Amino acid sequence: MDIFSALQYSFIRKAFIAGSLIALVCSILGVLLVLRRLSLIGDGLAHVTFGSVAIGLLLGLQPSFVAIPVVMASSLGIMKLMQKARLFGDAAIGIVSSIGIAGGVIVAGLSGGFNVDLFSFLFGNILSISSVEVVTSIILSVIVLSVVFLFYNEYFSTTFDEEFARITGINVKRINSLLVVLTGITVVLAMKVVGIMLTSALLILPAVTALQIAKSFRNTMILSSISAILSVLVGIYSSFLLNLPTGATIVMVNFLFFISAFLSGRAMHIKLS
Amino acid sequence: MNASNTGPILSVANLCFRYGPLEALCEVSFTVEKGDYIGLVGPNGSGKTTVIKIILGLMPPGNGTVSLFGTDPSAFEERHKIGYLPQKLTNFNPYFPATVKEIVSLGLFSKKKFPKRILKGDAELVDEAMTLTGVIDIKDALIGELSGGQQQRVLVARAIVNKPELLILDEPTTALDPEARENFFQLLRELNLSKNVTIILVTHDMASIGKYASKLLYLDKKIIFYGSFENFCLSENMAHYFGEFAQHLICHRHD
Repeated sequence: MDIFSALQYSFIRKAFIAGSLIALVCSILGVLLVLRRLSLIGDGLAHVTFGSVAIGLLLGLQPSFVAIPVVMASSLGIMKLMQKARLFGDAAIGIVSSIGIAGGVIVAGLSGGFNVDLFSFLFGNILSISSVEVVTSIILSVIVLSVVFLFYNEYFSTTFDEEFARITGINVKRINSLLVVLTGITVVLAMKVVGIMLTSALLILPAVTALQIAKSFRNTMILSSISAILSVLVGIYSSFLLNLPTGATIVMVNFLFFISAFLSGRAMHIKLS
Repeated sequence: MNASNTGPILSVANLCFRYGPLEALCEVSFTVEKGDYIGLVGPNGSGKTTVIKIILGLMPPGNGTVSLFGTDPSAFEERHKIGYLPQKLTNFNPYFPATVKEIVSLGLFSKKKFPKRILKGDAELVDEAMTLTGVIDIKDALIGELSGGQQQRVLVARAIVNKPELLILDEPTTALDPEARENFFQLLRELNLSKNVTIILVTHDMASIGKYASKLLYLDKKIIFYGSFENFCLSENMAHYFGEFAQHLICHRHD
């Protein structure tokens, strides 16, 4: 089946639209997180998402609506731990991540197990995305992208040299808090695309792919975005054709792009030297 | 060269600071006039970087007052008047994908209101700073591809892109070889003499301070000496702190 035939299915169209937008948001934030050595914040917040989903299911609420505020609060918690408890980012992420998983397991135990397919939350299923979820994804993605666009230079400056950014009058604390809150929203969105277990891949892989060949900061953002969107489109289409799990296929396509970029980068380096 | 009709650029009065139980600064007072080129020296742990961070508004003073262009540093808004070159980039990532031009442009943001955007007219300022520091030919290179000396020049360009009135440099030459260090000091002298940029240079390089700076501020939690080199060379008790040979070497070079 060619891509135009596949596009006749509304679930494919919805998956393409929502998946591309979420991938775009992940790729932009991913560059900032990777360069700040906070790559695993996506993983940690995804674990909190697991706990939030469990709470939502226990209370009979829409899991995403519970997850967004809880994950946003957790992301700020990571920031506070780093600032107040003098912890490195990885340790702070590790604490919040463990609490998220432990909380989820306890809630699941209290409920006596959930009568839903937890598998879909753990590994995602973008092909089953509803129209409401597509609209929610579009709105939240536009909000996140707008904020990053408006504060692009503040993010560039604080990511490169936080101390200098402060001296130039940038409110670094506010900018950093905003970044982790945006990451929290994005992680919840990404849960539908690749699932809780693979969310960090959407944040990390496009960014590190771009870093292999990028020639400037702006160029890195653009390449990361292209890589992420193409991975989602190719991943969704391939999984549909080959009857493979969509989230995992998207991640594997992302990885193939990374390998290609890595080899291209090495070839360019050898050619130059 | 140091005379000014507009009062001191920087005034520090009775400044004290503690890191928990450890005293870092005690009753430090000094003023900096427009056009001064001050060498801030002292042993490790003498409070040099602490003073700089308080002046820049990165840390609040414990006791005492600091006035930067007549304003408290924490409330100081005309950030473009200050250029800062750190001792080293905190958490510097050698694989950071930023070009020389992009990094120099970062210095412009102290002048800009929200949303901070680089406009067409800004390119001239960036090119001028890169030309002055000799990095214009490598403007499209990634920062990680450069040598330590070149990276330092890029950071100087970032610090001076706004044409600051006060340039603060915290041990900027530690990663440089002797030739690059000499070139770097020549560049600072050029900025001081031809652009009338006031300079505060934190360094351990006493010989270069003696050669280029107009004043010496020796700090060891409190001020041991602050004044012109002429007075420094005439001061007998300075030999007690520096050693007779070092004092002679510095004064000799300065002359």
